[in-house]
Amino acid sequence: MAINLKARVMGLNGNAAVAYAMKQINPDVVAAYPITPQTDCVERFAEYVSEGLVKTEFVTVESEHSAMSACIGAAAAGGRVMTATAANGLALMWEVLYIAASMRLPIVMMVTNRALSGNINIHCDHSDTMGARDSGWIQLFSENAQEAYDNIIQAVKIAEDLNVRLPVMVTQDGFIISHAVERVEVLDDEVVQNFVGPYKPVYPLLDLSHPVTYGPLDLFDYYFEHKRSQIEAIDNSFPVIKKVAEEFEKISGRSYGFLESYKLDDAEYAVIALGSTCGTAKEAVNALREKGKKVGLLKIRCFRPFPKAEIIKALAPLKGVAVLDRSVSFGGFGGPVFTEVRSALYDAPSHPLIINFFYGLGGRDIYPEDIIKALEKIENVVQKGKVEEHIGYLGLRE
Amino acid sequence: MPSLKELAKRKEMLTPGHRLCAGCGAPIAVRLILMAADKPVVAANATGCLEVSTSIFPYTAWDIPWIHNAFENVAATISGVESMYRAKKRKGEITEDIYFVAFGGDGGTYDIGLQSLSGALERGHRFLYVCYNNEAYMNTGIQRSSATPLGAWTTTSPEGEAQPGKLQWRKNLTEIVVAHGIPYVAQSAPWNWRDLTSKAEKAFHTDGPSFINVLASCNRGWRHLPSDTMKIMQLASDCCIWPMYEVENGKYRLTYKPKEKKPVEEWLKAQGRFKHLFTPENRHLIEEIQAYVDKEWELLLKRCEA
Repeated sequence: MAINLKARVMGLNGNAAVAYAMKQINPDVVAAYPITPQTDCVERFAEYVSEGLVKTEFVTVESEHSAMSACIGAAAAGGRVMTATAANGLALMWEVLYIAASMRLPIVMMVTNRALSGNINIHCDHSDTMGARDSGWIQLFSENAQEAYDNIIQAVKIAEDLNVRLPVMVTQDGFIISHAVERVEVLDDEVVQNFVGPYKPVYPLLDLSHPVTYGPLDLFDYYFEHKRSQIEAIDNSFPVIKKVAEEFEKISGRSYGFLESYKLDDAEYAVIALGSTCGTAKEAVNALREKGKKVGLLKIRCFRPFPKAEIIKALAPLKGVAVLDRSVSFGGFGGPVFTEVRSALYDAPSHPLIINFFYGLGGRDIYPEDIIKALEKIENVVQKGKVEEHIGYLGLRE
Repeated sequence: MPSLKELAKRKEMLTPGHRLCAGCGAPIAVRLILMAADKPVVAANATGCLEVSTSIFPYTAWDIPWIHNAFENVAATISGVESMYRAKKRKGEITEDIYFVAFGGDGGTYDIGLQSLSGALERGHRFLYVCYNNEAYMNTGIQRSSATPLGAWTTTSPEGEAQPGKLQWRKNLTEIVVAHGIPYVAQSAPWNWRDLTSKAEKAFHTDGPSFINVLASCNRGWRHLPSDTMKIMQLASDCCIWPMYEVENGKYRLTYKPKEKKPVEEWLKAQGRFKHLFTPENRHLIEEIQAYVDKEWELLLKRCEA
């Protein structure tokens, strides 16, 4: 394959990488409200607006609820719409996240993952995004600034695909990615513009010759069928996410799947993680591999829709799996990632033993040693032949 | 302003067949306001009676582009629509002039949507916000709002041994909007079609945010005959509990001065929601209401004379 790489290398933190992608995408409307640790992204985008480098209408709303509400109005009007938020901001949007998805509006939002209050905390965990996992949005997680940049560009194309037409949230870990300057390969503006292509409006509100009603009262006689079609739409996104990744590889040389397997081919044990922790986990896997342990990592990039078939394929051959959750489902049987993964494996031809670790809440650092502990624990469980305790903690003082 | 005959020939944007109650003030207000638009309109609606009764899937009573998002966010929603319009117009993708209007009840405006309204006004979007004010949460079954007058019975301010209906005076939302310094603010009621349509026309022609607080009786909540809607609303203006005025670029103007200022008691007596005020132990509240109305009326007259 002839790859025409027009890459330039920049030193960008995750927020800046996403802001830069937004500049290149040049959306019609951005409505956003500042919240740590996302602010930096919105500030940089405001500079692009101020310098006339984008043609975007930048709506500086008075809350995140209004940010998403304005995005809904703007997207229904018939154009490309983006925003960014974090933590409590995402929680404040909760009501309207569902409405955006139900109206099938292809809004793209960057979420800088941050712990939800209380108590108030500005650092990374996944409680914000996991709280929105049932809202009907597609969710893509990023391991580093490069992935945040790449995911945002792909998200536009996934969201706007005529078989999907759903909003997409792209996440990056607060501070860990959002504020750490990394080497980021950026594409040329023209390449990005050609990749995302012109916006194709579907039932735009501003089409005066075809007046449409958005958001009607929908009762017991139709609501259920509408939810069914929404289920169909998010299922339709599987082939689209794959196709968009293939097309993106052609312009960037970087490949993306629903999952990323790291040293899993001959592995007996694996950890599963999302986001920046996967970088740390790769270190841990390398360290154990040097000692001759057959371990690997499964990184989940696409959490919604949940890639059940790929999860089964990747995990079924293993003896044991340790799932790392950076958020809690209070009173639930394990964290959100554990619950999904364990449920998916029920249909697998063979089952690895599976345990869950909570880690990193409120920005608590995770080290390779923590992940080594998790891998050693699952090896130990497998040797015993049964799981005695499903839930454990990494990096917690007890 | 075109004549009523000419206005009546304009396209109906809210069409017949909607399911609002007989005698409801809201559709009368909405139709009069939309009649005043001399260019195409795109509307947004907060959750409420007007929204649920006009858009029951798979039907719609709206013959114009219309969006309902949620309860508290109609101003933010129309901000987004209007921003997309500006983006498209600047790029030459749209050439037509379009008016943008948001409708919200008093619950969606005075209470849960106040922040969204304030933000949209401050940002200066070119849109008209219409509060159709029936002085309580009528859609959910007549609960008190911050627009409900003192002493009124509602299902969350019922009259009983210990309490004589709502204990607080309503807040003055029109003045709160005036304080935003937007170019056009008005208060009106549909019993006077000319007053309301003239104000709507001015609002549509305003290059920036405009706001109309329009009284819209709910006979179910106010407890009067559906056929008395217009009479009761006129009484509100004649008793000066609902003055009709406008504030254009900061300049106050009284648009209706009753020939004879009637006692507020006449307005209260006409509605079942104030019935309990006419007992010996509650009568003092009628005097309190009268004193409040007099004070606000005098203040308004002073502002209009200034």
